[in-house]
Amino acid sequence: MELNSRIPDGPIENKWEKHKFDLKLVNPANKRKYKVLVVGSGLAGGAAAASMAELGYEVECFCYQDSPRRAHSIAAQGGINAAKNYHNDGDSVRRLFYDTVKGGDFRAREANVHRLAEVSNNIIDQCVAQGVPFAREYGGLLDNRSFGGAQVSRTFYARGQTGQQLLLGAYQALERQIGLGAVKMFPRHEMLELIVVDGVAKGIVTRNMVTGAVESHVADAVCLATGGYGNVFYLSTNAKGCNGTAIWRAYKKGAAFANPCFTQIHPTCIPVTGDHQSKLTLMSESLRNDGRIWVPKRKEDCGKPASQIPEEDRDYYLERKYPSYGNLAPRDISSRAAKQACDEGRGIGATGRGVYLDFEASIKRLGQNKIEERYGNLFEMYERITDENPYKTPMRIYPASHYTMGGLWVDYNLMSTIPGLFVLGEANFSDHGANRLGASALMQGLADGYFVIPYTIGGYLASIKPGSRIKVDDPVVKATEQSVSGQINRLFSIQGKQTPDYFHRELGKVMWEYSGMGRTEAGLKKALELIPQIREEFWHNLRLPGAGEEVNQALETAGRVADFLEIGELLCLDALNRRESCGAHFREEWQTGDGEALRDDENFCHVAAWEYKGDGNAPVRHTEALSFESLHLATRNYK
Amino acid sequence: MSKHLNLTLHVWRQKNATCDGKFVEYPAENISPDMSFLEMLDIVNEGLIRKGEDPITFDHDCREGICGTCSMVINGRPHGPKERTTTCQLHMRSFKDGESITLEPWRAEAFPVLKDLMVDRGALDRIIAAGGFVSVPTGSAQDANALPIPKENAELAMDAAACIGCGACVAACPNASAMLFLSAKVSQLSLLPQGQPERYTRVRDMVAQMDAEEFGTCTNHGECEIACPKGIKMENIARMNRDFIKASLTYRPAVAGGGGAG
Repeated sequence: MELNSRIPDGPIENKWEKHKFDLKLVNPANKRKYKVLVVGSGLAGGAAAASMAELGYEVECFCYQDSPRRAHSIAAQGGINAAKNYHNDGDSVRRLFYDTVKGGDFRAREANVHRLAEVSNNIIDQCVAQGVPFAREYGGLLDNRSFGGAQVSRTFYARGQTGQQLLLGAYQALERQIGLGAVKMFPRHEMLELIVVDGVAKGIVTRNMVTGAVESHVADAVCLATGGYGNVFYLSTNAKGCNGTAIWRAYKKGAAFANPCFTQIHPTCIPVTGDHQSKLTLMSESLRNDGRIWVPKRKEDCGKPASQIPEEDRDYYLERKYPSYGNLAPRDISSRAAKQACDEGRGIGATGRGVYLDFEASIKRLGQNKIEERYGNLFEMYERITDENPYKTPMRIYPASHYTMGGLWVDYNLMSTIPGLFVLGEANFSDHGANRLGASALMQGLADGYFVIPYTIGGYLASIKPGSRIKVDDPVVKATEQSVSGQINRLFSIQGKQTPDYFHRELGKVMWEYSGMGRTEAGLKKALELIPQIREEFWHNLRLPGAGEEVNQALETAGRVADFLEIGELLCLDALNRRESCGAHFREEWQTGDGEALRDDENFCHVAAWEYKGDGNAPVRHTEALSFESLHLATRNYK
Repeated sequence: MSKHLNLTLHVWRQKNATCDGKFVEYPAENISPDMSFLEMLDIVNEGLIRKGEDPITFDHDCREGICGTCSMVINGRPHGPKERTTTCQLHMRSFKDGESITLEPWRAEAFPVLKDLMVDRGALDRIIAAGGFVSVPTGSAQDANALPIPKENAELAMDAAACIGCGACVAACPNASAMLFLSAKVSQLSLLPQGQPERYTRVRDMVAQMDAEEFGTCTNHGECEIACPKGIKMENIARMNRDFIKASLTYRPAVAGGGGAG
């Protein structure tokens, strides 16, 4: 397997301009002769489908939700970064580029990140023009706030619902194209296999989630924008339906899977209350603009109500350890610091796995009205879930699985190692390295969808003869379809005793315990023993109700869990092989004297991309060296 | 730790759009008050699967009140008893031990039942496709700060834009009207300068689509506002009606454009 990143030559500031000029174009009259499939309708998929249809390509878009408006991008709360420098505080494309590479602990590709920073400003322009109601100042201009890992205010926001508003902007652009007949939308359709003909991606097989029909769709190119695999931990901030099936099936058809161990644990989520828990809810990072994180200095105080712990007995540990970034330290660092405090026995709440996020000082300084204006909906959401009023008592928070930086390997054109298969947004690996900064996921999803793929897809399609698409009754297509039906029948034939969720929970426990915030060689080896055992039990003891030819939510879950049981194993294998700590990947064997991640640039300054070698065979680890030409490879310091 | 609850569920079961449905009774036992409503249903469903019975089908996804997927009528109220709260954010502490709970799908001509509590809300997407957008192809935007927008207008637009498209307003309305949903989008875009060029064609096209989808008409009952989990106000309907009347009075059929020189 060859990993050719196709990074253009020249100075970093000019690479994208040069590349856009060098890419071949498809003539306007020929565009309608090409069909592109977009799987997923979130920020990346929705934006891509709409933008490519506007260009004139024939587009089909698929989502498992009942409407493209419900993709999980909608749940992003805090904001979206852009290097507008509207606030004159020293921001620039270069600074956003630098912050993102540094935030990712120097494990991302420089050229991709620079392009991301360059197009960030176009995204804000585009969204405002669509009618996205961003927060504004009294003069009518756009407001900004700060997010972790940055010392400038560059985050644009729409209350605590930025993802919702950006997604609705993309959704409306998409619906416009659907209304014009330029995009055919397939809601309640789940992609279950990639069709590959002679090594080239030519279509997908889907299951219609209402009728159960297994159907093939052929095209000239396929774009996966299916999000991350964070639900491998069972409990996460992802939606219940979020899954890794599309990217996993592509991996098993030859797409390299890069850095699966780079998974982000978000520091501020509502803590687990019991075994019944089905998902975890994020409390936006933006709250750290005005909230202060603390635990009691002494273990003995942990049982007391927060109000009875005087100021001098509180440990504002982020402010103490990272004075220059304070409560806005990056996510990986903040999460580990919370774990450390709880490991020391200083955690709060019934389970002892929690820390306070306290707004008392800000309410005193700014008044409750101001805090309500900024975060009202988040405070309400917190109260609904916990039955506690965060204006009166501090929030209790704890880290939870949130985002996956790893994903399918892509080159500079966002094409995977399978020609014709493009991967966008969280589903790819390219921009966030080993840790993503807050408010950068929305930026990347929309950058890929609005401003990268519309250019790069043309470069690929221009090399294909118009009208050379394979037919839907091609033997390869039929064989792929049959393999999907075969897998569904296999799931029904087990007739065991346990529910799909049972296996998912079991997997989640192993993943969180051994491959969560702290990883060790022994723990990862243990996980690599346990996961195949759970998988074995799954294939012998799963029970599915009903039939495949109807609405069957248990079948949908079972298919996704079957893939998570394999993804989890690759994740642990990657974590075991990356013998360093970097960003969110924390190997306890590699840490500095004061508990910070210790990178090994000599041996691991690379992307690890895994190649599937068949069931029962070990996958092969390839590497793409990362070179830092524009930035100096430095140790991260947020102190 | 508060006491666990034992409840009786009366659930609408319907195999598909063409079959008749009926209520079936299920016990929900040993339910923690800290559970969400959907987690309670998860437990009931896992029990049903283990017994070899068909679990209750219901739509859900983000489980944090923003995606708008969850949709059921609980004891006669869309999204249940708690104001401004989606079903997924409803917690069992809102119920008493021994209580009976009735679960039904959204009921509206325009929302056919697909199975049990799951309905097809594609009609709402088609209303947006008819005009709920600003026609701005990617790449054609000016600088975001080139056009200041009064903060008050931006806030009012955001209030309207908070709609999650769940359809509770339709389910609550005695006429099954989609006016609150439609007016929220019309209002958002009418309040912003970017929405002005298409302001009057938008409202006409969206209303025409709503009528084609067999939603009922609005007779100002106000049930929609009470049921809305996001606090969308009826003032949006008033704003929309103003635009719609003006649009109807000033409507001129589009004239086909010429070919241009060259």
